[in-house]
Amino acid sequence: MNADDVLLKVVNLKKHYNNGAVKALDGVNCEIRAGEVVVIIGPSGCGKSTFLRSLNLLEMPTSGEIYFEGDMITDPKIDINLHRQKIGMVFQQFNLFNNLNILRNITLAPMKLLKQSQQEATKNAMELLARVGLADKANHYPSQLSGGQTQRIAIVRALAMKPDVMLFDEPTSALDPEMVGEVLEVMKELARSGMTMVVVTHEMGFAREVGSRVLFMEGGVIVEQNEPNAFFAAPQSQRARDFLSKVL
Amino acid sequence: MRFALAAGDLVAQFKLNFINGDRWKWILQGLLATLEITAVALVIGIVIGVIVAAVRSSYDKNKESMKVRGGIGYALLSAANAVCKVYLTIIRGTPSVVQLLICYFIIFSSWENGVPVAMISFGINSGAYVAEIFRSGIMSVDEGQFEASRSLGFGYLPTMRYVIVPQAFKAVLPALGNEFIVLIKETSIAGYVGIMDLTKAGDLIRGRTFSAFMPLIAVALIYLCLVLLLTWLLGKLERRLRKNER
Ligand SMILES: Nc1ncnc2c1ncn2[C@@H]1O[C@H](COP(=O)(O)OP(=O)(O)OP(=O)(O)O)[C@@H](O)[C@H]1O
Ligand SMILES: [Mg+2]
Repeated sequence: MNADDVLLKVVNLKKHYNNGAVKALDGVNCEIRAGEVVVIIGPSGCGKSTFLRSLNLLEMPTSGEIYFEGDMITDPKIDINLHRQKIGMVFQQFNLFNNLNILRNITLAPMKLLKQSQQEATKNAMELLARVGLADKANHYPSQLSGGQTQRIAIVRALAMKPDVMLFDEPTSALDPEMVGEVLEVMKELARSGMTMVVVTHEMGFAREVGSRVLFMEGGVIVEQNEPNAFFAAPQSQRARDFLSKVL
Repeated sequence: MRFALAAGDLVAQFKLNFINGDRWKWILQGLLATLEITAVALVIGIVIGVIVAAVRSSYDKNKESMKVRGGIGYALLSAANAVCKVYLTIIRGTPSVVQLLICYFIIFSSWENGVPVAMISFGINSGAYVAEIFRSGIMSVDEGQFEASRSLGFGYLPTMRYVIVPQAFKAVLPALGNEFIVLIKETSIAGYVGIMDLTKAGDLIRGRTFSAFMPLIAVALIYLCLVLLLTWLLGKLERRLRKNER
């Protein structure tokens, strides 16, 4: 795959609630290329989560199109489950499967969906766990881990499917401050390894350090987008300036 | 009327009610009938409960996305959901004695033996409660568990199978056990359709010996022992399940 291949393409995406009374997304257009780390920022309620969750159709858009690797996944006839295998997602609330231990959390999908043998899936899982420094937790249950550990394992669980893109919805917002760093470290390492990432976050440091593009949203649309250093140094729109003056 | 029964009196009473005419056999027969009816009704109830809960919760979960696609699947699921709702309303809105009488004298009026009718009637009754227990269990599992599984690429049914149902089952086990206990006691109305269950056996002895105390207290004690035994077993099962998570 070429570095400038368009991985995700979003055309005039709208998501309305309550028969149009709430316009969570009001015509979003954007392209995400392989290898990009796109950071989405914006005030609360501006539609960041709705946009991110539309990308794997956890949220059904009201109208508009989404193309993933050239296929229009908003087409009702398409088998979305197959495409979701290639789109990893990490949630604010971690959402590890409470009934399974860590190893089973990671190997379940590769074994059932990719038909990996238990041996192969376990080997991959242990390698990934070692990469985030949690190999000793393989036989623990989610309830026995700290938030930071849980989130690192949630990242590993998504990576075990060997996705082409990873979506993060405020992955550090539910963490105690002292655990934010360990999760950001894993995400930065992932970004440097070339993974395509779309990240909703309030961590401006992360955006500056590894982001290749910042999308600033407000009122259900992308108001402004730019390369991070340029964006933070000289935001073009008044709304972006107002927002940054509040959070920086 | 004497309240203080002497020890000799007690023995005589016991002999009269249980030994003479082998009347203990009635109690035993009644107990067996009670256990049989409960066991079969429980199985019927769980089967109905699983099906109804599955229909109701998959309708709730999928109606949005299925409506978009439309088609025969959505129509079938809506119809099934409507049928389930009617069933739940009727069963939970009428007394189980009345349901039993309707089953025996109207629906299955050609059947001679009341026992299978009671099994079916209690099973249909219990199914309504079990269905709501299962459904509340499924709803009690955090939505995030569902989304995480779907985001990995699992469909609706595998998500239920690997992630939601195992957690829901653990959550509903106490309520399910309670329903089991309610069911045992509820079968005591089986006498209304001529079945000699445990309660009826005690009552028959009372009618024969004209002494109420011994047979009725004995029946009560047997029910109590059954319930205590069940409570203990369920507690053990719950602890076992919880330990598996540690
Ligand atoms: N199920 C829903 N029903 C009605 N309105 C909704 C629903 N979900 C989201 N919204 C509305 O859509 C808008 C966008 O929500 P969204 O969660 O995408 O915002 P966000 O940018 O992620 O905010 P935050 O930073 O607080 O997470 C908000 O105004 C929200 O109230
Ligand atoms: Mg959000």
